Amino acid sequence: MLIRKPSGIRPSEITSPENYVDRRRFLAHGAAVGGALAAGHAAGPALGAILPERLGEKLDDVSASPFSTEEAPNSFEDITTYNNYYEFGTGKADPARNSRQFEPRPWSLAVSGHAERTGTFDFDDFVKPHRLEERIYRMRCVEAWSMVIPWVGIPLADIIRQFKPTASAKYVSFKTLHDPQRMPGQRSRVLEWPYREGLTMAEAMHPLTILAVGLYGEVLPNANGAPIRLVVPWKYGFKGIKGIVSMEFVERQPRTSWEMAAAKEYGFYANVNPEVDHPRWSQARERRIGAGLFAAKQATLMFNGYAEEVAHLYQGLDLRRNF
Amino acid sequence: MNTLSQVRFVWKPLVFLLSLLPAAFVVTDVTGLTSSLGVNAVEDIQDRFGNWGLRFVLIALAVTPLRQITGWNWLARLRRMLGLFAFCYVLMHFLAWLILDQGLLLSAILEDILERPFITIGFAAFLLLLAMAVTSTNGMRRRLGKRWQQLHYSVYIVGILGVWHYWWQVKIDAREPAIYAAVLGILLGYRLLRLRRRKRDQVRPAPSTE
Repeated sequence: MLIRKPSGIRPSEITSPENYVDRRRFLAHGAAVGGALAAGHAAGPALGAILPERLGEKLDDVSASPFSTEEAPNSFEDITTYNNYYEFGTGKADPARNSRQFEPRPWSLAVSGHAERTGTFDFDDFVKPHRLEERIYRMRCVEAWSMVIPWVGIPLADIIRQFKPTASAKYVSFKTLHDPQRMPGQRSRVLEWPYREGLTMAEAMHPLTILAVGLYGEVLPNANGAPIRLVVPWKYGFKGIKGIVSMEFVERQPRTSWEMAAAKEYGFYANVNPEVDHPRWSQARERRIGAGLFAAKQATLMFNGYAEEVAHLYQGLDLRRNF
Repeated sequence: MNTLSQVRFVWKPLVFLLSLLPAAFVVTDVTGLTSSLGVNAVEDIQDRFGNWGLRFVLIALAVTPLRQITGWNWLARLRRMLGLFAFCYVLMHFLAWLILDQGLLLSAILEDILERPFITIGFAAFLLLLAMAVTSTNGMRRRLGKRWQQLHYSVYIVGILGVWHYWWQVKIDAREPAIYAAVLGILLGYRLLRLRRRKRDQVRPAPSTE
C-alpha cells in the first residue's frame, strides 16, 4: 500500500490568517465561523491581558467558539481529580493529590528551531498577544474512557504565526518541565523525562488545536497541566502534553514519550480511531466518566467525532500502520 | 494454645468477618454511606474486587508455609474459607466486568475473552477457581479421591495467571503487580525448595506431610 505523509504546510498558509479556516469548514459552519472571526478581528476584547496567577481566579474576556460541542461538560471535580499526569504519579488521583504544592509561575517557554523569531519568553509575554477562547471539547483517553472538558485557550496556529516558522519547519516538538524537585513523579523512571510530544505542522496549525491556559473559565489547575498545555481533541489524551516549557520547530518527526516507552502500543499520530485497537484492549467503545454506574459504554467516533474537520489531514495515510 | 473449639468459635468467625470488610466497603461506597469511590466508579469497583481476589489467592497460598514454619496446625482449618473468599472476590470482579463494564453485551464479552490475551488468562483463572469452589465440600473431596488433590494444585496456576492478568493490563507502571509477583514467587519458591529438600532426604524417614 502506498503510504503518503500528510502534505507539508506552506509558509504562506502559516502566515495568512484567512487561509487557516479551510473552505470546507466555511461551507459547513458558514456564518457562525465567519461571523466569529470577523467579530474577533474587528471588535475583539483588548489584547495584552495578563493572566491571573492564582488557582481559582477567573480569566477575563473569554469568548465562545463555534468549535465547542453542545455536549454537557463533566464536573470540575471529575476533570481535576481523574486524569493522567505521570509527572505527579501514575495513579489517576495522583495529579490532584501531588500537585498542590506546585508553583507554576513564574514560567518561561523556549521557542527554538526553524523559525524567524526564537528565544525564551516569559509566560505572560507568550500569551499576551492573544485572545482567549473557550473550547468545550470531547477528550478521549487511550485507556477507553472519555470526558467533555471546557478548556480556555489560544489556537496554537495564532501562537505559531508569531514566530514565523520557515519552510523547513515540518513538525512542532514540545517538552514538559523536567524538575523532579517540583514534580515528584519524575523521581521514578516510568517514562523517560522530560515528557515529549509532537505534531505535524498541519496538525499544529489546525484551528481545533489549542494551547490551554484555563479550565471552566478559571486559571488552569496544576493537575491539568498548569500553566499551559496542549489540547488536540481528535487525538488520544496523552498527546495533550502538559506544563510545556519548550516548543521547537523541527524538520524530522520528533520522538514522543509514549512511543519511546512502547512503540508497538503508542504511535506518533495517536488519532482516536475505533477501528484500530490498542494491542491489548478494544478502542471501539468508551466509558463516559460521570455517566453513572449502570450507564452503557458509548461508541467511540472516528477522530473522536472531529472527522469532518480533520480527516483531510490524513488522506492517503494508512491509519492502521500510522496509529 | 488453640483448641478445636477456639478455632471454630473465635478465629474462624473473626477471619470470616474481616474477609468481608473489602466487600462491605464497596457496598457502603456505592450506597453513599462512605465516599471513597473514585470518579470512574466502574473501574474502581472492578479493580477493588480484582485486587482482593488476587490478595486472597496469595493469603490462601500462605497458609501452608505459615503453618509449617510456625507449627500452628490449626491454621489449616482456615484454608478452605480463605480459598472460597478468593473465589467470591474474583467472581465479583468477573461480574462487575460482565455487568458494569461490558453491560452484558455478549459480542463484546466474547470478543474480549477470545481476543484480549489478558482477559483470556483472567477468565481461565476464574474457571479454575470455579472448579475448585464447586469441589470444595467434604463430600466432593471424598468422591474425587486422588483427583481432588490434583485439581486443587491448580491454585498455583491460578496465582500465576492472576498476577500475569494484572501485570498485562497496567499501562506501563508495573510496580504494583511486581509486588504481587514477588509475594507469589516467595510462596511458590518455598514449596519448590521444600520439595527438593524432601527428595534429597528421601532415604531418611519422611517428615510429616501437608
